[in-house]
Amino acid sequence: MMKLRLAQPETLIDINGLSELSFIRVTDGELRIGALTRHAQLLESPLAGAHFAILHDAEQVIADPIVRNWGTVGGSLCQADPSEDLSAAFAALKAVMVIRGPSGTRLVSAREFHTGPYETVVAPGELLTEIRIAISAGCGSAYVKVGRRVGDWPIGAAGATLWLDGDTIGAAGIGLTAVGAEHFSAPQAEEFLRGGPATEASLARAGEIAAEHCRPTSDQRGPADYKQHLAKELTTRALRIAMLRARRQEA
Amino acid sequence: MTGRAEQARGGTGAKTSGATGGTNDRPRQTSGMAGGTSGATVDSSGAYGPVQRKEDARFIRGKGLFVDDIQLPGMLHGAILRSPLAHARILSIDTAAAQAHPRVEAVITGQTLAARNLSWMPTLSQDVQAVLATDKVRFQGQEVAFVIAQDRYSARDALELINVDYEPLPAVIDARHALDPDAPVIRDDVAGRSDNHIFDWTAGDRAATDKVFAAADVVVASDMIYPRSHPAPLETCGAVADLDQITGKLTVWSTTQAPHAHRTLYALVAGLPEHKIRIISPDIGGGFGNKVPIYPGYICAIVGSMVTGKPVKWVEDRSENLMSTSFARDYHMHGEIAATRAGRILGIRARVLADHGAFNGAAQPTKFPAGFFGIFTGSYDLQAAHCEVTGVYTNKAPGGVAYSCSFRITEAVYLVERMVDALARELDMDAAELRMKNLLRPEQFPYTCPTGWQYDSGDYPRALRLAMDIADYPGLRREQAERRQRGEYMGIGISFFTEGVGAGPRNQMDILGLGMADGADLRVHPTGKAVLSISCQTQGQGHETTFAQIVAQELGLSPDDIDVVHGDTDRTPFGLGTYGSRSTPVSGAAAAVVARKVRERARIVASAMLEVAPDDLDWVDGSWQVRGDPEQARSIAEIAMAAHSSLELPEGVDGHLDAETVYNPPNLTYPFGAYICVTDVDPGTGEVRIRRFIAVDDCGVRINPMIVEGQVHGGLADGVGMALMQVIAFDSDGNCLGGSFMDYLLPTAVECPSWELGATVTPSPHHPIGAKGIGESATVGSPAAIVNSVLDALAPFGVRHADMPLTPANVWCAIQGRPLRTDLAIT
Amino acid sequence: MQIAVNVNGTEYSREVEPRLLLIHFLRDDLGLTGSHWGCDTSNCGACVVWLDDTPVKSCTVLAAMADGHRVRTVEGLEQNGELDPIQVGFRQCHGLQCGFCTPGMMLTARWLLDHYPDPSPTQIREALSGQICRCTGYENIVRSVRWAAEYEAAGRLGDSEAALDRPT
Repeated sequence: MMKLRLAQPETLIDINGLSELSFIRVTDGELRIGALTRHAQLLESPLAGAHFAILHDAEQVIADPIVRNWGTVGGSLCQADPSEDLSAAFAALKAVMVIRGPSGTRLVSAREFHTGPYETVVAPGELLTEIRIAISAGCGSAYVKVGRRVGDWPIGAAGATLWLDGDTIGAAGIGLTAVGAEHFSAPQAEEFLRGGPATEASLARAGEIAAEHCRPTSDQRGPADYKQHLAKELTTRALRIAMLRARRQEA
Repeated sequence: MTGRAEQARGGTGAKTSGATGGTNDRPRQTSGMAGGTSGATVDSSGAYGPVQRKEDARFIRGKGLFVDDIQLPGMLHGAILRSPLAHARILSIDTAAAQAHPRVEAVITGQTLAARNLSWMPTLSQDVQAVLATDKVRFQGQEVAFVIAQDRYSARDALELINVDYEPLPAVIDARHALDPDAPVIRDDVAGRSDNHIFDWTAGDRAATDKVFAAADVVVASDMIYPRSHPAPLETCGAVADLDQITGKLTVWSTTQAPHAHRTLYALVAGLPEHKIRIISPDIGGGFGNKVPIYPGYICAIVGSMVTGKPVKWVEDRSENLMSTSFARDYHMHGEIAATRAGRILGIRARVLADHGAFNGAAQPTKFPAGFFGIFTGSYDLQAAHCEVTGVYTNKAPGGVAYSCSFRITEAVYLVERMVDALARELDMDAAELRMKNLLRPEQFPYTCPTGWQYDSGDYPRALRLAMDIADYPGLRREQAERRQRGEYMGIGISFFTEGVGAGPRNQMDILGLGMADGADLRVHPTGKAVLSISCQTQGQGHETTFAQIVAQELGLSPDDIDVVHGDTDRTPFGLGTYGSRSTPVSGAAAAVVARKVRERARIVASAMLEVAPDDLDWVDGSWQVRGDPEQARSIAEIAMAAHSSLELPEGVDGHLDAETVYNPPNLTYPFGAYICVTDVDPGTGEVRIRRFIAVDDCGVRINPMIVEGQVHGGLADGVGMALMQVIAFDSDGNCLGGSFMDYLLPTAVECPSWELGATVTPSPHHPIGAKGIGESATVGSPAAIVNSVLDALAPFGVRHADMPLTPANVWCAIQGRPLRTDLAIT
Repeated sequence: MQIAVNVNGTEYSREVEPRLLLIHFLRDDLGLTGSHWGCDTSNCGACVVWLDDTPVKSCTVLAAMADGHRVRTVEGLEQNGELDPIQVGFRQCHGLQCGFCTPGMMLTARWLLDHYPDPSPTQIREALSGQICRCTGYENIVRSVRWAAEYEAAGRLGDSEAALDRPT
C-alpha cells in the first residue's frame, strides 16, 4: 500500500522485533497463535497442522513461499482484505482474536473482527496479539481455494471444520472468502448441519445454503454467478475433506 | 560435416551430452539433466553443440550491467506523470509546485517539447505519437509531464505536486464500436480526420477463395479474439541519457532491441547529427518485442539531459510498463474454413478487426500494416485463401506488434489452428488425422502459399509423427475415452505451425525506410583471436555464445577465441536489431558470410605461405591444406600472424584478414513445429491443469541445441500464460484492468509442466548455414495447442469455442454455454 | 535515520530516509546491483535476498527493518573466489537467459538446498512459485537446482571428484 502511495503514514513503527508475539503453542485446551507468526512458520508447524489441517491447507495457498517468509498472520488479518484466506480459515475454526490496548486485553470472535473491507475492530492504539482456537475431539478441517494461478487472491475459497460425534455432526464451522459472505462465514449452513447426519447429501445441501447467503460481485476474477457456484462447490468439497479427516480417514 | 546444408540425423556435431535433446527422432529423456559440456570445447566435428554460454559468467555473479544499474556522476532521475483518464481534453497543467520542490531540477511538459518540435514523434507505422500530451490525453497512462529530480523518490513525490485540469471525454473502448458513426474521434490531432479508421489491408485472391467456398461440401465459421496481452519482460524499459555539453556527443544507454534504428530515428526526430549520437544497449532483461519502439520516456530523458546539462536516468515501474508500452495482439478474428466431406481442406478466409490503441505504434516492416498475418494459410495445402484486416484506433495504449509474435504470425497461427480443430469437430474426425491429411508434403517445397509467401523447406508429416510418438497419441486417446466414462475430462490439443522469420529482403522489407539487412565485421588479431561485431544484440538469446560458434565453425577456432561485440552503435555495423527471430537468419548469416570472407582471404595468404596456388588448397579440419599433401597445412591462427608480418602477399589481401559484410536475406526462413498439449479440466471449478506438453521444433541447423531448447521452453511458458491467465482488459471507462502483476498474471514454475521436446532438422536451402531461427516459435505455436486441448476436454459439454484466457471462470461459463468476452471487463 | 546493516559479511552504516526500500538501499546506496526489481506489487521476485538466513522480497522490506540484521545478496554467493554449486548448476544446465531473475532464483535455491538437500522437481517448482522468469520456461532452472543438489550429495559422500567429472 505504501509503495503504491495509497497509504502515506507520517510515522511507522516497526514491530518486527516483538518476538514475544511470534509463537504457536497449546495452552489451556487452545491452540494459540501469536499475531507476529510468519505465514511460513504456521505452514511448517506440526502442532498447528496436527490439530487443524485447515491452517496448513490455507497457508499453502496464501501468496507464495517468499512472501510467506515475511508476511504475518496478524498482518494479513488486520489488512482485512475481503479476499483474505486466513479470515475465512479462522472463521471456519470459530477462532477468537485477542486484542491488547492501553486499557487492557479484550477477546473478539473471528466472526466479529471485521467491520468492512480493510476495516477491523482493532482501534487506534490497539494491537492484535493472538488468535485462539479451542481444541476438541472429533475434529476435522480443510480449506479449498480456486484461483487463476498459484499465489493469486482467491476467486472463491471455503474452509470447513466439522466436529463429529459418531456419525452425527456435533458442530460445523464454515468460512468463505472473496464471495461476499458476511463476516466470512456461513452460519445458516452451519446451523443446518448441526445435529444432522454426516452424509454426502447433507454436505451438498450445506453448500447450497452457504451459497444462498453470499453476495459476490463480478470482477476480473469472475462473474457473480460463477462465484456463487464456487461458494457452493467449494463449501461442499471442504466439508467432504473435513469429514474424512474427522473420521481419521485419507482425504 | 557441420556447416553444410545437409544435416544428418542424429547429431549436430561437437561433444554432445545425450541428455541435451536430440536432433534425432527418438524421444528425449525428460528427467535427465540438460547441462552442456563443461567448457567451450571444439572437437573435429565442429563448433556447433551445447556449448556453455559465455555471458553466464557475469550473470551468475550478479555482475550484469542493466540500464538501471548505471550510475553516472551527477546523474538525475526522471519520472513521468501519466493520465488517469482514457480520453480527456487538457485544460491546464500547473507545474509550479513541482518546480519549487527543493530536489527538483526541471519539469518538462508538452509545451516545453513543442518549442523544440518534439512534442510529437513518428511511430514505426507512419503515424505520430504524443511524447508529452498537449491537447488531449488519449489513453489511460499516457505521458503528460516529466519531472527531473536529484533522486528517484523525490521525482515521484514531485509528480503529486503537478496539477492537471482535465475535461473528460467519452472513450472508445470496444474495438467493435470504434467505427460506429457516433464514435468519438480520437485522432483529431490529424487534420481532416473524422473517424477512428486506420487502414484496410487484404491478402490473397478473394474471387478464387469465394469460388472455392461456394463449391465446398463443408464450411465452418468461428469467431475468436486473440486478446490484448503484454510481453512484460522482467526488466522494465528505461534509459540513461547523457549529452556531453562540450563535445556535443549524446550517449544513451537504453533498453532497446534496435540500437542503430533508434540512433537514426533520434537523429531524424531530434535534429541531432547522427555521428554525435551513441546508443548503447547494455545487458537487457528480456525484450520480447517490448523494447523495439522508442518510448516518450527515452526522449524526455534526452531532452532532460539537454536542459539540465547532466545525465538523466528514466526507468519506468511495472504499472507504467503494462499500461503504456507496446502491447501485443488484440485481434478480433472471424475465420472460415472450407473442406470436402472427406476432410480435404480447400480454403481459408479471415476477416480481422485490429485494435491498435490510440496511436498506431505497431512495429513491423513498412509495407505490412498487418505484419505477416498473411501466413494464416498455415501449414496446409490450400487451393485458395483470402483475408482482410481493418485497423482501428481506440483509447488504449499503442503497440500491437510485440511479444514474440513474429509480426502477427501468433495471430495467424492461432486462427488457422483453431479453424482446423473446428473443422475436425464438424467432421467428427480426429484432429491429428485431419492435419496429417492436409499438411504440405516435403516434395512441395519450396512452396508458395496462396498469399504469396514462399516457404523454404520442411518435412511436416515427419514432425507431426514424431510429436505423436513422443506423446503416445493413440494411448492418450484411449485414456481420454476411459476417463470420459468415469466423468473425468482430459483434453488433447494439437497445433502445427509455420512461421516466416528473418525479416528481410531489403527491397521488400524496411522499418521506417531502413532496409532490413544486417552488417557484420570480423577482425582476426595477429595471434589468431577474433572479434566479431554484429548489429543485432542479445536480450538473453545467447548471441555472445552462438555467434562465436558460427565463426568458430567457419574458421576452425574455438568459440573461446572469439569475442562477440554487440549493442553499441559506436562499435558495431548498422543493422535493424533483434526481434522477429531475425538474429540467426540475418545476422547469423552475416556472421557466417563474413567469416567465409576471412577464410578466403586466409586462403590467399596461406597460398603465399605454402607457395602454392590458392586453388591448390582445400579447407580441411580448420586449416588450409595442400591438396594431396596434408602435412602442408596452415591454421587460421598461423595465417593471421603471417598476414600481419612482412610476408609478401599476393593480389587480394593487403595486410590482414579482417572483413566486413552486409547480409541482405533473399527470403524469410520458415521454422515450423508440431505441438501436442494434454490438459485435465475440473468442470466443477473450471480449473485447467496442463499435464503434458510435447513440442517438436524444426529450426533448420541447430547451432547450440541447449540454447535452442531454452528458447523453446520459454516460448511454451508464454503459451501457458496467454492461454490460461494473461489479458489486458478494459472497463467501459477505459480503465486498464491489467496494470500490475496482481492483475496481469504470468505463469510460474507451478503452472508449467516439464516440457518434452523433440526436433527435426530440415535446413533452410538459402541460409548460409541452413539455420532458420527459433526465438518465437514456441510462443507462436503453443497457445492454440492449449486452447484446442481444453476445448477437446470440454467437447462432451458441447463447447465449441471459448476465448483466451481460459481462466476458471471462463471455462465454467463456457460449460454453461456462455463463455466470457475476455477483452472487456467482466460484469 | 542511521542504519547499520551487515551485507554479505561487511558492515555498512548509512543515513537513509525511513521510507527507503531495502532493494533500493542495496542497489543505489551500496552499489550492489545484482539484486533487481521488476514490479510494484511483490509478485515477481526479482528482488529476493536473504534477511537473516531467510529469503524475502526486498521490495517489501524497508531498509530500516534491516538495521542490525544480516543481508545476503547474489554477490555473497561466491565464497573466496569459488562459485557456489548453485551458480555452477545454473551455468551447467542453462538455467538463465537474460539473467534478470537469476539472482533471486539462485538465492531461493540455495536456501532450499540448505534445508531440503534432495528436493523433487515438484518441490523445486513450489519453492520458486513466487518468482517469475520470462525467458527459460522454468525447466532448466529446475534442472540447475537438481544438478547442484546432486553435486552436493556427491560431495557429502566424499565423491566430489566424481561429481565434477560427471557427464551432464
